[in-house]
Amino acid sequence: MNLMSLTAVELGRKIKEKEVSVTEAVTAALDQTEALDKIYHCYVTVDREGALKKAEQVQKAIDEGELTGPLAGVPVAIKDNMCTQGMLTTCSSKILENFYPTYTAEAVLNLEKAGAVMIGKTNMDEFAMGSTTETSAYGVTRNPWNENHVPGGSSGGSCAAVAAEECSYALGSDTGGSIRQPSSFCGVTGIKPTYGTVSRYGLIAYGSSLDQIGPVAKDVTDCAAVLEAIASYDAKDSTSVKREDYNFTKALVDDVKGMKIGIPKSYFGEGLDNEVRNAVLKASKTLEEKGAVVEEFELGLVDYAIPAYYIIASAEASSNLARFDGVKYGFRTKDYDGLHQMYKKTRSEGFGQEVKRRIMLGSFVLSSGYYDAYYLKALRTKALIKREFDKAFEKYDVILGPAAPTTAPEIGKSLSDPIKMYLGDIYTISVNLAGLPGISVPCGTDSKGLPIGLQLIGDSFMEKNIIRAAYSFEQTRSYARCAAALERD
Amino acid sequence: MKQYETVIGLEVHVELATKTKIFCSCSTEFGGAPNTHTCPVCTGMPGSLPVLNKQVVEYAMAVGLATNCKITQYCKFDRKNYFYPDNPQNYQISQLYLPICRDGKVEIETEQGKKAIGIHEIHMEEDAGKLIHDEWSDCSLVDFNRSGVPLIEIVSEPDMRSAEEVIAYLEKLRLIIQYLGASDCKLNEGSMRADVNLSVREVGTEKFGTRTEMKNLNSFKAIARAIQNETERQIDLIEEGKEVIQETRRWDDNKEYSYAMRSKEDAQDYRYFPEPDLVPIEISDEWLERVKAAQPEFRDEKKARYISEYKLPEYDADIITLYKKMADIFEEATAICKNAKKVSNYLMGETMRLLKEKNMDPEELSFSPENLAKLIKLTEDGVINGNVAKQVFAEIFEHNTDPESYVEEKGLKMNSDTEGIRKIVEEVVASHPQSVEDYKNGKEKAIGFLVGQTMKAAKGKANPGIVNQLLKEILSK
Amino acid sequence: MENIISDETIEYVGILAKLDLSGEEKEKAKKDMGSMLDYIDKLNELDTTGVEPMSHVFPVKNVFREDVVVNGDDRENILKNAPEEKDGSFMVPKTVDN
Repeated sequence: MNLMSLTAVELGRKIKEKEVSVTEAVTAALDQTEALDKIYHCYVTVDREGALKKAEQVQKAIDEGELTGPLAGVPVAIKDNMCTQGMLTTCSSKILENFYPTYTAEAVLNLEKAGAVMIGKTNMDEFAMGSTTETSAYGVTRNPWNENHVPGGSSGGSCAAVAAEECSYALGSDTGGSIRQPSSFCGVTGIKPTYGTVSRYGLIAYGSSLDQIGPVAKDVTDCAAVLEAIASYDAKDSTSVKREDYNFTKALVDDVKGMKIGIPKSYFGEGLDNEVRNAVLKASKTLEEKGAVVEEFELGLVDYAIPAYYIIASAEASSNLARFDGVKYGFRTKDYDGLHQMYKKTRSEGFGQEVKRRIMLGSFVLSSGYYDAYYLKALRTKALIKREFDKAFEKYDVILGPAAPTTAPEIGKSLSDPIKMYLGDIYTISVNLAGLPGISVPCGTDSKGLPIGLQLIGDSFMEKNIIRAAYSFEQTRSYARCAAALERD
Repeated sequence: MKQYETVIGLEVHVELATKTKIFCSCSTEFGGAPNTHTCPVCTGMPGSLPVLNKQVVEYAMAVGLATNCKITQYCKFDRKNYFYPDNPQNYQISQLYLPICRDGKVEIETEQGKKAIGIHEIHMEEDAGKLIHDEWSDCSLVDFNRSGVPLIEIVSEPDMRSAEEVIAYLEKLRLIIQYLGASDCKLNEGSMRADVNLSVREVGTEKFGTRTEMKNLNSFKAIARAIQNETERQIDLIEEGKEVIQETRRWDDNKEYSYAMRSKEDAQDYRYFPEPDLVPIEISDEWLERVKAAQPEFRDEKKARYISEYKLPEYDADIITLYKKMADIFEEATAICKNAKKVSNYLMGETMRLLKEKNMDPEELSFSPENLAKLIKLTEDGVINGNVAKQVFAEIFEHNTDPESYVEEKGLKMNSDTEGIRKIVEEVVASHPQSVEDYKNGKEKAIGFLVGQTMKAAKGKANPGIVNQLLKEILSK
Repeated sequence: MENIISDETIEYVGILAKLDLSGEEKEKAKKDMGSMLDYIDKLNELDTTGVEPMSHVFPVKNVFREDVVVNGDDRENILKNAPEEKDGSFMVPKTVDN
């Protein structure tokens, strides 16, 4: 049996029932990674030794009855923007080429408490800025469905690793679609939780008011179980929200009878690939057939989300990334004359093009004389976008649409025209601005055989609605494994 | 020559007396080895996040209320972005758009009389780390122990016109804040720092001149000198037909000169925006009332009460209330020994003398009011005489010694044995015939000498009343 | 392009952001920023009069810590990643003013 073909929860069950040892499970993931990562390059760091050591400890804890959860002993991959004590954490940037955090991110600690075994750290767009994982300083990640295509981004390494079965599940982060879009491109499932649900402590910030950590896995069941493990109120994160209910797996119910689903007309306009449109509409039909009440509606201001997002995210990023200056950690340039040159050379050599582009834009929109016209205008637009969603959720339980306008583009075709690249985030970005939960589930493939993702958006703190809808939809089809994974059986 | 007027506004930074930093649980204790009071938050480690210390908000509100400010009941933090190595995140968390206090005023008194100085705002922010220049390597060393220590910045209106007013204003702020216990306000240790915004204009004109901001002022003397120097510099420029440039200048108190801190690399464009990692503060009416109710009695009220309740002379009340610590000792000691005037005398006399002698600040006083009260009791009960009391007080001042056991141990009790003292007096009179002669010839002062000689012979412990009485008796024979 | 970004602007923003762009990068940055701003200007179509700027998406407020010392001496860890250190401190090029 190929252990890596199992879902995380299935593998966890076998470990619990002593059919499989933790070491066997972890070895399977490591071997798969060794075999495939030369091609797909999902990881920046693989920690074979550490993982095997951890596997023994976890096995012992399981045997002693200390670890009983569904994820105990299951191998996981962590996006490389989450701090992991003593393990290289780069954000796929040269500026953190030698950074070994002295503490571990709260979400990862929560996973460790659940008995997860970390295989390594996954590749991403540098500092999560990008939609293709091509801006990584450590090379591109390739889509396991077709190595000439990108896996999407910025959590491209995490999503590709799940699709290529180099881990059982992964953590990603989502600032403007960075979990949902690559999940869609890689044919896996990913959730961006409500802002404040998962602690950001230890997540290296890009856009602080937008960032959320979330699960990436083969199916909705895995995602719900992982979300349940990582979500927590954290006193170290002031924006963390004390929720009444963290029992997300309770929503794994195959029943959408009477559920009201709204389809924003503006999500199906110009720019949407026809094959994606058809697959998503077909999915909505499926849900309707299962008893959901589906109707189209007007969701306003969709076109304003991207400009508002790029102002807010770039502005916050310009400030968040100021700390990378060659003083306390990370890369410092070799030759310099004085403090300011040290700063400038370190940052100019340490950051890649896209990161510099956004830092420049962010610094500009906040600079003297422009703050009101750009930043405040964007925050006002954000308020209006939130209002639009509030109105929609008075009528609907779930909003349905595509996760991305196209399937995965070819490698090398996206970065030259930034605006065009940014437009690819049109269906995901407003969800971050409004702090809402969203999920991407596979709903088919296009004529090139590339996966298509269905996005379901819920009202704040209503993850259970999107989990239930996604789970119900998922019951109508089976998980499609990519060829690269199938070949390993 | 034209007549000029100096216009001064102050930005005063005060380090708050919290146990921990503003955004993390590191100690604010002074003087640890470099970087021993640090954590991921106050060193700007990637992924770390700030959490606000509630006590900082309470102190800021208390200072705002005491300076007649309006409290902003919905306030937020903002990021101030600039690169400098003492600033680990390369942004400082501060307040620009909604500072916690606004529109206050305090009253100062100078020789010209009373005057109100407006307070524009008070905001909360974090302190920076410390940079030490390393002579050997031509490098600077960064210590983040002070990074994240809570500050309030009190921004005045440009209402001051002289160094005298500036110092009166700073003294007033210091008193208020010390009375609140919100800071020890030591200018020389940097827990209170003042930046001076100064411009000059021709007397009679409405419009303000171009101002400069002066930094690095570590004492009242430095402030006074810098104000004088900068006023003259600006007047000279104007007289020469040149322009005053709006800039930040650094005062060098040794050279008594300031220089511009200009650099092409410092654009002074701070790109403030709301801090996304912290949530807004909403101060309820109840919370505000609670802080209001906890406000202590401030100096002016205290002074008036000392005069009416304890019948202290205004002069005494004025000096004792100048320092919170003195006022505390006064009240506690008086409550025990019920002799306000005696307590006041000790504070005004011996305490002040010893402070001056030891070059100490009244806030550093460390003896307990109980011991002072006991000492007064000992003199009142005639257990020791005044001279001995002085000596014992020096012990109390230095070591907070218990006077009762000290007097016992050292055998300092007053000698009131009339017959014993009579013998000594008779001996003294017999051996100083000249003084006796002088006294009898009307030189009253000669008796003082004889008292002194008697006390000396009695090892200082003789009851002075008995000595006086016996001397007069024997001499009149 | 409606937003023309001058050399001075790029230079100025470079000072703020502490980025030193090469000649080629500078030209590209001018072009990119110009077109981004053109795109962002789309927001001007939107009437936002009277709309309160929303910095925090949920009305969470008053998150505080009690004033209790928890952290001890963590210097060894804090300095672990320092590019250069000396005497328990981070070492940087001389910062004396002027």
